[in-house]
Amino acid sequence: MTTTVVAPRTERQQKPEVSDRAKAETRLGQKLVAPAIVLMLVVTAFPMLRALYLSLFNYSLTAPEDREFVGLSNYATALTDPLFWKTTGVTVLYMLVTVGVELVIGFVFAMVMHRVIFARGVIRTSILIPYGIITVVSGFAWQFAFSFQNGFVNGWLPFLDTDFNWFGDTTPAVIAIMVSEIWKTTPFMSLLLLAGLAQVSEDMIEAAKVDGATWWQRLWKVVLPNMRAAIMVAVLFRALDAYRIFDNIFVMTAGAVNTESISFLTYRQTIEQFQLGIGSALSVLLFLSVLVIAWLIVKLFKVDLASARQEG
Amino acid sequence: MRKVGTLIGCALILVWCLLPVVWIISLSFKSQTAITNGSPGFFPASGDSAGWQNYQDVLDNEQFRRAIFNSIGISLIATLLSVVIATLAAYAIARLEFQGKRFVLTTALAIAMFPVVSLVGPLFDMWRAFGLYDTWPGLIIPYMSFTLPLAIWTLSAFFREIPWEMEQAAQVDGATSWQAFRKVIVPLAAPGVFTAAILTFFFAWNDFVFGISLTSTERARPIPAALSFFVGSDPFNRPASLLAAGAVVSTIPIIIIVLIFQRKIVAGLTSGAVKG
Repeated sequence: MTTTVVAPRTERQQKPEVSDRAKAETRLGQKLVAPAIVLMLVVTAFPMLRALYLSLFNYSLTAPEDREFVGLSNYATALTDPLFWKTTGVTVLYMLVTVGVELVIGFVFAMVMHRVIFARGVIRTSILIPYGIITVVSGFAWQFAFSFQNGFVNGWLPFLDTDFNWFGDTTPAVIAIMVSEIWKTTPFMSLLLLAGLAQVSEDMIEAAKVDGATWWQRLWKVVLPNMRAAIMVAVLFRALDAYRIFDNIFVMTAGAVNTESISFLTYRQTIEQFQLGIGSALSVLLFLSVLVIAWLIVKLFKVDLASARQEG
Repeated sequence: MRKVGTLIGCALILVWCLLPVVWIISLSFKSQTAITNGSPGFFPASGDSAGWQNYQDVLDNEQFRRAIFNSIGISLIATLLSVVIATLAAYAIARLEFQGKRFVLTTALAIAMFPVVSLVGPLFDMWRAFGLYDTWPGLIIPYMSFTLPLAIWTLSAFFREIPWEMEQAAQVDGATSWQAFRKVIVPLAAPGVFTAAILTFFFAWNDFVFGISLTSTERARPIPAALSFFVGSDPFNRPASLLAAGAVVSTIPIIIIVLIFQRKIVAGLTSGAVKG
């Protein structure tokens, strides 16, 4: 903490001595990043501010001339509606289960990929296929797989009736959606973990082995603590991605039987029902909830993204 | 023991990755009448096989052909522009000291985590006002914005590894600065640029939210959106095998890219996110 007090002072002392060359470098640097910054902000910050503004109105595209200022009442409507809390709950469930399962399977896959010597290319090529496949295609593949009319899952699971309808009730439908989501994104997780695994020094593992640590102890006391940064980055990215879950739900259930996520609810209000006022309020709430989750993960697990990227 | 475990692990990975792919290919060969009557089972039952009929029907479908054309065009243009802009930014981040560097990296990080759906409402409204709704640029612009973070990270990670002194060394040896750039720096930077381009292309090809929200006709509708709206004559019983054929067609470019550039993609995915 003391260093933070000292650091600005030295910076201030240096300031008057900025050379022309450094100034030119700053100008060039800013010029080079300007197009990227402008593009990123035009499509995100500006619409987000517009959503903030629109969320204060009762505004429907079907009756644009009836637009009227209603203050925060859209937020009140959303936050007192049980539907909002139900979809938020379902979304959190999607996030927790998929990220948890992916972390375990992804780690196993990363270990295998780390160890395997022969056929390395084949394994890595096949793991990239789910990563590259369109999410909509993954959704269709699994929807049809779970379908009792044309799918194979019911036939392969001996404890199920052949006419069991996976999409007839919330629990099985949510499971089907999660399966598609997990199938598609586990490879990404496992590749991030593989990079972390590669950074754990073999010497340390060897030393633990010599000291008589079992495989399980080496895993928990040596390997996992040393790849903490990689795990946390993977969890952060995937958790925020999972919270936005939309494509699979759209394709597999279209939000039926209470499988709707908060993204899907927002989409339905704005694009399908043209309720831009309440839809914008939902957009702002969705944005805020993502911020809260990011903040929670960073605080809880003390993720230091800068040091994870050796930026600091 | 250890070897057996790894072997089982490999088998598991292969089954995990390929089973759904084999399934959707198998499904695409089931005949449409078999689908309507119901034909459970992994492979088409005898007599239910349709041969190439579903592929022929899909490719004969004007809307689907148009969607493939849109997807390829939009994704390629977005990739090209995004990579050029990201290369400029990444060069500055990797090589120059300037105020606002942190701001760029923070913005990029924030945008990578942005809930896309919260933008479609206002963008839908804005794009209609600007005449960008249901056009190629209307999709290219958001694709660029959302792929820039990934491209900037991947590229700046690559650029930081480049031994830039070699540029001066070449100049000392008598090369002009253009020659030094073209013969020394470009070959060193090309793999990184290439990786960023592949990852960007994947994103644009995969996008669904913008694709369904910012288009309304086949003028600009990309493949994922077209597939999801493709319900056939009976909306309650989707033409599964036809959809599967469309899905396989839309996956072919991805598989080709993965087969050719496997090594580069893995390097790009891992370097951008974890290493420096």
